[in-house]
Amino acid sequence: MKEIWIISKKELRSFFDSLIAYILITVFLGMSGFFTWLYGSDIFFIGQATLQPFFSVAYWTLFFFIPALTMKMLSEEKRSGTLELLLTKPVSDWQVIIAKFVACVELIGIALLFTLPYYFSVWMLGPIDHGAVWCGYLGMMLMSATFISIGLFASSITNNQIVAFLLALFIGVFFLIIFDVLADNSTGGVGQFLSYLSLSTHYGSISRGVIDSRDILYFLSISFFGLYLAETILSKRNIVE
Amino acid sequence: MRITVSNLTKKYGTQRAVDNISFEVKTGEIVGFLGPNGAGKTTTMKIITCFMAPSDGDIKIGEYSIHEDQGKIKRKIGYLPENNPLYVDMYVLEYLEFVAELNGVPKDKIPRRIAEMVAVCGLNVEKHKKISELSKGYKQRVGLAQAMIHDPEILILDEPTSGLDPNQIVEIRKLIREIGREKTVILSTHILPEVEATCDRILIINEGKIVADGTSEILRKQAHGQEVLKVEILDAPSKDEIISSVQQLDSVAMIDPYESSEFGFLINSKNDQSSKRNVFNLCKEKNWILTEMTPIETKLEDVFRNLTTK
Repeated sequence: MKEIWIISKKELRSFFDSLIAYILITVFLGMSGFFTWLYGSDIFFIGQATLQPFFSVAYWTLFFFIPALTMKMLSEEKRSGTLELLLTKPVSDWQVIIAKFVACVELIGIALLFTLPYYFSVWMLGPIDHGAVWCGYLGMMLMSATFISIGLFASSITNNQIVAFLLALFIGVFFLIIFDVLADNSTGGVGQFLSYLSLSTHYGSISRGVIDSRDILYFLSISFFGLYLAETILSKRNIVE
Repeated sequence: MRITVSNLTKKYGTQRAVDNISFEVKTGEIVGFLGPNGAGKTTTMKIITCFMAPSDGDIKIGEYSIHEDQGKIKRKIGYLPENNPLYVDMYVLEYLEFVAELNGVPKDKIPRRIAEMVAVCGLNVEKHKKISELSKGYKQRVGLAQAMIHDPEILILDEPTSGLDPNQIVEIRKLIREIGREKTVILSTHILPEVEATCDRILIINEGKIVADGTSEILRKQAHGQEVLKVEILDAPSKDEIISSVQQLDSVAMIDPYESSEFGFLINSKNDQSSKRNVFNLCKEKNWILTEMTPIETKLEDVFRNLTTK
């Protein structure tokens, strides 16, 4: 447990040492702020005190940003050999993966923390559905966790950061769009299954303020599955032929 | 701590990187792994440090087995991997602190351990720099410092002096010697004088097998059981006469003219005998002048080449 904390602390610090964190937070706030307050169907346009426009923008921003965070997490360690350094310390593969996961989740959490002023501003503008806002944040964190674990998996199978980035986006697109589209075009059990796999279905209901244990289970199980695959790939070096 | 390797095998696909090797390293011994590239040195080290599981066989560190007590073993071992990987965007002190914490050094002891390591490894001037800003020699010292920070009983160093300049090499060797007084050290290298200078014992590994095991003297003797003398004799009536009279000496197995000088010869003695006295007495008797007599030592290079090329 302590090891997870030590490694994740180091990872989080390296985000802030390497400008990644500042760029992420600035661009994330800039993008979501721009679309929430200034452009298109912004908050003033819909005439309702709601953070819905913010959540739908942040949804896409995080989709692009998270692979950029996770791409180097394992691939760079593999490429430079520091993975060997790390894993010959009294640390298990799982601890390394979870520590990296925790560090990314923390960074996204910090970025979302900075959007709380949006919430307070809207609150001042009119009656806001507090439940829906907190559900929106919860959904955002769950979705981030899912993308992070997908990103870690992508990062675990290659030594190349760009490959890891593109692969994470590619897998992400399936969960975000393709399963949804396929579900619309198929019927019966297959359709239901694809619709269940689609992240947008689950995210949609949470961000409307409906917390269903099935949705939470969905996010958690995909996250776990991603981390599990990443761990399996890391420990492949131990396979006895 | 004693390291016992028994019947260790590691296969990559069909290739056997390590092929059924067994050896033992005693507490306080400095053992050098010597071998050509791809001989299986690094793989063996990766298995000892619990980075990889072997295909077969076992390693015991003290009473702990790599199959069961990985956590405990990892705490006992300090490891400098090949090519010295480091988190280059961390600062030296920050990095040492991270490694110390990870190795479970108690919080209150960390500053003292770091200070000790900085002193021992000569990092004082560079300790506030980023690792990426350091020269290769200093990076290597950071690598050594991180390996020793938790005061491990066993040190595994994979090519600790690669890429260093001669002065740094001497310093690092001295450091390893000092550490080796109390700890068990395994280091790998393909620089032969290095093992002679630092190691108590040498294991020569080739194609995944141990082909020689012993001190450098023992290895030399094994490779060349006979004494070889290079002599130069003047004032003899003819070359042939020298050859025939030396040949008659009891201890001489063979005499050959030496290519580069006119009156030079190479004299091979019989096993476990020395011809130095006999040759000298012969010259005295015949009134020849002995202008040179040099014992030719078998170099470790030759031993190595003999054992690792076929």
